[in-house]
Amino acid sequence: MSQAIEVCALPAERQPRLLRLLNILTVLALPLGLYVALVHAGTDASQGDVQRLFYLHMPSFFGAALAFGGALLASIAYLVKRETCYDSFAVAGVEVGLTLALVNLVSGSIWARPIWNTWWTWDPRLTSAAVMCLTYAAWLVLRNGIDNPQQRRRLASVYAILAYVTVILTLIIIRIRPDTIHPAVIGPSAVNAQGSFELAATPGVTTALLVNFPIWALLLPLTLLWHRYRLQLRIEALEQRKALVLNAPLRAAKGSD
Amino acid sequence: MLRDPLRAALSIAGKDLRAELRSRELLGLMALFALLAILVFSFALELDRPGRKDAVSGVLWVTLLFASILGHNRSVALEREHGGFDALLLAPVARGAIFAGKLLANALFTLIIALLLLPLLTVLYNLPAFPPALLLIVPPGCLGLAAIGTLLAAMTVQTRARDSLLPVLLLPVALPLLVTALRASNAALGNLPETELQTWLLLLLLVDLIYLAAGFLLYESVLEA
Amino acid sequence: MKARTDVLVDVQGLVKVQGRLPVLRGLDLQLGRGTFVALLGPNGSGKSTLLRLLAGLARPDAGSIRIGGWQLPHELAAVRPHIGYVGHETLLYAHLDARENLRFCARLHALDEPEPRIRDLLRRVGLEHRAQEPVRHFSRGMQQRLAIARALLIDPALLLLDEPFDGLDSEGTEMLLHLLRSGRERSILMATHRHGLAEGLADRALFLRQGLVAGELSLADHAPGALAKRQAELTEAP
Repeated sequence: MSQAIEVCALPAERQPRLLRLLNILTVLALPLGLYVALVHAGTDASQGDVQRLFYLHMPSFFGAALAFGGALLASIAYLVKRETCYDSFAVAGVEVGLTLALVNLVSGSIWARPIWNTWWTWDPRLTSAAVMCLTYAAWLVLRNGIDNPQQRRRLASVYAILAYVTVILTLIIIRIRPDTIHPAVIGPSAVNAQGSFELAATPGVTTALLVNFPIWALLLPLTLLWHRYRLQLRIEALEQRKALVLNAPLRAAKGSD
Repeated sequence: MLRDPLRAALSIAGKDLRAELRSRELLGLMALFALLAILVFSFALELDRPGRKDAVSGVLWVTLLFASILGHNRSVALEREHGGFDALLLAPVARGAIFAGKLLANALFTLIIALLLLPLLTVLYNLPAFPPALLLIVPPGCLGLAAIGTLLAAMTVQTRARDSLLPVLLLPVALPLLVTALRASNAALGNLPETELQTWLLLLLLVDLIYLAAGFLLYESVLEA
Repeated sequence: MKARTDVLVDVQGLVKVQGRLPVLRGLDLQLGRGTFVALLGPNGSGKSTLLRLLAGLARPDAGSIRIGGWQLPHELAAVRPHIGYVGHETLLYAHLDARENLRFCARLHALDEPEPRIRDLLRRVGLEHRAQEPVRHFSRGMQQRLAIARALLIDPALLLLDEPFDGLDSEGTEMLLHLLRSGRERSILMATHRHGLAEGLADRALFLRQGLVAGELSLADHAPGALAKRQAELTEAP
């Protein structure tokens, strides 16, 4: 029965070797990626320097989709196995995903100001990306609204599974809604799309994307996810210990009266 | 030894309808809210004649959405009043049948409100004629609202904030339904090209299908104590 | 039920965590067919949690529950038709009348020809004259009577009762005692703090403390008051 109380083992004090490697890689790669994006890549002929935001904008969405996907898988695993660590991973996934989705929204908004002449427009793609963020924000609110930890984990898992629909929707919406003005990077853009550019038109664009994509879509989310996951495991272990300690005098008193 | 799920679902829906027939609590609340919402919209939007025609499907679906939120909250509250979900959980019926039963009753309530709203909107928003194509869109729209609402209301009733949390959880997830139903209705009203109607109606049915699948798969995890 | 052994309920090492603390901490329990066991213990000792787990209303965190040879929670669907449960809440629908509540339950359980049985049970719990009144007009005691009728309606092989005497007046208590004494072929597990009533009914008493069985007492050949004495002994033990 001790394993049932000890919900999840405390992660080792020292970070695993792979995580330390990821730390170093991320710290080195981020400035490198920025250098390639801001200095090395050629300036887009029609859009100018603001186009450089794209190297951050598109990969960070995929990073968010990856992190949300991790939360989705962890939530399914939680509902099947009911082990707290899966829920901890889902927390990490949603928070990291939400952060990257905000990077995506903000960078897109800044780009749109000169290109579309507006910070924000109710375009289908933009709307669905905003709805995605709001859904995951609602997930955080839901989590905060439930006191019983098991109930919280169970219901949060259910909602995280539902919420992933908004991620898929955001991914596919420019293919199913022809009236979007958002350009597609892979494949042909919609006829209304404004601000598309050819990857091959300017020297260094493809390189900059190839360098930045793995950084923002893979390396950064993975490193953040791992750290947040370890932190959540510690929080859970701490809460568990707190409950046991606070309850100990009560139990002792009950036993003796 | 699972009993016939369809029969169980119908019994559960029948129980809700019978209770509603007795109290008229839910429908009364929803209908009054819907009326007030139409009134508020007509003041808030200050529309001229063509503007009304453009806005009417938005008014219809937003009103229905909020009325259904109200209905779902009341419905789960009634179910929980004396530990009712336990009564359903103790029964040897498939958990999907419980979802189907609650969904059926909720969809019917929403549909009744919708059918009440349609002629009212025609009169109050001064539409030239009531397009019968709307009757193709309203039932699947109500079904989708009921599916996602039934699932999420069973969830929010277990939280500290109870009813106040349902709109926050429901609105973002219900947006695909709202958009497809809205576009289809606009096409039916002649605000969009005729060909759009079929596209949006099909998309609406697809959204319904996703909600229903999610409901049947996840309801058990939501209800389990 | 599946295998004909003498043991109907077999619980091994049952653990249930509520919030962050264990309510049941590796509890073992056997309940023979046709036996009546009283569950005694202070508040928070895990009586209600145990009953909810056996009724399939909660899922265990560790340990095994077998009822009639079926393993919970995987084979719950097979066990459900045979379990009657009376909990803290009455599980009734306030807008339906007494008869409709029972009918709804009968329909969910797909009972054949439930009407005579419903009539009989309403009579036995003393509600036959108010069968067509909505439950929300009922007093707490009357609702409790109907809740008991609801649990008995399916003629369960295993009856789980959580403080069933709560809210009942003396007449209601008599009625429930009578109901429980008749039909002794079913197994009954009853959580209660009313020692006097438990002594008159149960074959055996189990004392729960901090999520474990702290002791038990056979009630077949004991003088009145033995239960209270044993309970006092157990609570004084370190």
